[in-house]
Amino acid sequence: MNRRHFLQTTATTAGGLVLGFHLGKGEAEAQTAGAELNAFISVTPDNMVTLQIHKSEMGQGVVTSISQILADEADVDWSRFRTEFPGVKPVYGAPMMGTYGSLSIRGSHASLRKTAAQAREMLMQAAATRWNVPVTQVRTENSNVINTATNAKLTYGALAADAAKVPVPANPTLKTAAQFKLIGTSPKRLDTPAKVNGTAPFGMDYKMPGMLYAAIERCPVFEGKVKTFDGTKAKAMPGVKEVFSIGHGVAVVATNTWAALQAKKAVTITWDEGPRAGNSTPGLRKMFADLAATPGQSAQNSGNVDQALAGAAKTLEAVYEAPYLSHAPMEPLNATVLVTDTKCDVWVGTQIQTVAMQAAAAATGLKEDQVAIHTLYLGGGFGRRGGEDYIHEAVEVAKHMKGTPVKTVWSREDDLQHDTYRPMSYTKFRAGLDAEGWPVALHARIVSPPFGQPGVQTEGIRDMKYAIPNFRCEQHSPDVGIPVSYWRSVGYSQNTPFMESFIDEMAAATNKDPLEFRRKLLANQPRMLAVLNLAAEKAGWGKPLPAGRFRGIAVVSNIGSYNAQVAEVSVTAGKVKVHKIVCAVDCGVVVNPAIVVQQIESGIVYGLGPALKHGITLDKGRVTNTNFNSYDPTRIDETPQIEVHIVPSTANPGGTGEASTPATPPAVFNAIYAATKKRIRMLPAKAADLA
Amino acid sequence: MAAITFNLNGTNKTVDVPAEMPLLWVLRDTLAMTGTKFGCGMALCGACTVHIEGTPTRSCVTQASSVSGKKVTTIEGLGGNHPVQRAWIESDVPQCGYCQSGQIMTAAALVAKTKSPTDADIDEAMRGNICRCGTYQSIRKAIHLAATLQGGRA
Repeated sequence: MNRRHFLQTTATTAGGLVLGFHLGKGEAEAQTAGAELNAFISVTPDNMVTLQIHKSEMGQGVVTSISQILADEADVDWSRFRTEFPGVKPVYGAPMMGTYGSLSIRGSHASLRKTAAQAREMLMQAAATRWNVPVTQVRTENSNVINTATNAKLTYGALAADAAKVPVPANPTLKTAAQFKLIGTSPKRLDTPAKVNGTAPFGMDYKMPGMLYAAIERCPVFEGKVKTFDGTKAKAMPGVKEVFSIGHGVAVVATNTWAALQAKKAVTITWDEGPRAGNSTPGLRKMFADLAATPGQSAQNSGNVDQALAGAAKTLEAVYEAPYLSHAPMEPLNATVLVTDTKCDVWVGTQIQTVAMQAAAAATGLKEDQVAIHTLYLGGGFGRRGGEDYIHEAVEVAKHMKGTPVKTVWSREDDLQHDTYRPMSYTKFRAGLDAEGWPVALHARIVSPPFGQPGVQTEGIRDMKYAIPNFRCEQHSPDVGIPVSYWRSVGYSQNTPFMESFIDEMAAATNKDPLEFRRKLLANQPRMLAVLNLAAEKAGWGKPLPAGRFRGIAVVSNIGSYNAQVAEVSVTAGKVKVHKIVCAVDCGVVVNPAIVVQQIESGIVYGLGPALKHGITLDKGRVTNTNFNSYDPTRIDETPQIEVHIVPSTANPGGTGEASTPATPPAVFNAIYAATKKRIRMLPAKAADLA
Repeated sequence: MAAITFNLNGTNKTVDVPAEMPLLWVLRDTLAMTGTKFGCGMALCGACTVHIEGTPTRSCVTQASSVSGKKVTTIEGLGGNHPVQRAWIESDVPQCGYCQSGQIMTAAALVAKTKSPTDADIDEAMRGNICRCGTYQSIRKAIHLAATLQGGRA
């Protein structure tokens, strides 16, 4: 079994849980000793239950919500259990163990309940055998099995060793919704106390005896390489131990982070900038615009768009553009790695443990089973920490320093200039309206660099839910050599703002109310309609507002959930103030309503950044943004009052982490239009466009 | 290298570090006090906020030599039962949590100075602290609660 360093929650008498950080091998293994009922639940004789949290905690509350599911279905005492982040095993996710696609609950909910119910039935069977009574004569409560005839009690701890030998029931009886004690409630988050007193261990905080710190000066142009370098000056700086090339950059290893970050700037490097040094934002916009003038690959085609457009009473055309975006999690990327001849240990906040393991194996030449991934808290993910790049290079550095643990740390400049970005996009729409102003045709041509699974570039348009009889969506996928990847809500992050703005344009073309326009076109989409109506009702759509304030609305379905938002804005001398956002969400069955509200609020604030503030720009192949002064996230004084309303539902759980980000920009843009009659067709909205 | 002595959370500490080394890295790497976070290195995000003689200060741009003889308080020194920390727990403010040490240190300085801060006071004091999870609405609520917990006027 892999040596495991893990986060542990320890019960306190107050019912809260305190996170501890256990470093010693002996101690760690002693803590995990006890009977393993299955891969998720084990119990020690002192009746301490340990739950394995197979998803990464990056703020979305999975330690709490997964614990709720397991503890509820297994009747674990909520005041006495701890959690661990396990190493990579197929049972924790195959082919990928990871946290992405807002899948933590919707992807695991059913299997976690079954797993926990199996454990409960095994404990019941063990007790029934011990008492020599039928299993129907026992029940479970708070980590105890109770004999219903005698009221005798046995703790899970006393039964666990026997229970582990009971054959696993194939079809355990799940609780009914009425029997839930934890699912559907909002206990305090388990990770809060440690995140409030400074003890929560993030990847950045990991420490080992003898550990050194590394920083890397990477080629400013993507795909470029080190031609020559001179590390003499850097090596002479206090604390610097080693300076060496890792191909795409020069690594500096030092006795502290600051020395490494300072010294990397003192390395003289000649770059082979490679083929991408000509990339610039204006050049890419022109290239994308040229491509948009030609037919693309078909992503969706129903009816006959050309014929319908030709016969339309009125046609509209618009181009929407969005820039590259950085994820910019608060915790700069980092990974601590110890490489030996036979083993590679990686302590890291990663969203995809399997990718981390594969990257470490590839960088060392070791086999995957010689790699151990130790998951720590993530200081934000948003898609960035699903990448292999930062792990691969940290392992390369540690391989150079074999036998010495090395923590490789990114500066904020490194983070913004070497991200795997949300792709830039250029989308051209054409719509045809009938004599009454209802759409008969929609044609979208999307130009956006390719990445990931098929379809992610076009989601949000290709799968739009509006009843438009003739619809064609085409795509161009130019690979321009800028690394791109998943960014919170992925294709929806740009396509929903485009689509929901253009729908508003169609409504405005014949002076239709944007809510009524959507209602009619979504008449056969009950869950879309329900969130739209709830958001509109709670926001007082159609009711008078204070002078100078205007509303806009947008709706989306992604990640198995439905989300509608009404934004209330004012625009003064080109400056947009978002006063309020009212959001309705249908995410199916809710495990923890408070966490759902947190996630929805979070996604809205995250969406306000690209709506109103930031974008990545390129010049001479380099990202010109350097730090939070040139990529400025939304701040507290720019954050509106946010109201979240959850649609009660018994449907299968949908995602929440990415549910609200897409609809925020278009709700705001549509409100800006209501205020100014100006359309925001290029993100972010700039004062110059509105003055 | 220079021997620098300062008072950290009530205890005198002497460190032997370059005079210009930022206090952030003295705390994190030299003294293993990792509650104070690195976010930007340029005083743009507030994740590294500590109190120097009670004033909220960005430790990432504060040279070690400048705290010689001074009183430095970090998140670890707030004690865990500070009204702001209690309010943060009551309101379940953190999501990823990485920025929260800095948020709490800035908020603690605010409520020490302004007993019953308004939303405008909060926005003004807290706008230098970035939270990428967008916990701002919870932060506002928790600061009002902290003011109540410490006995501020309603």
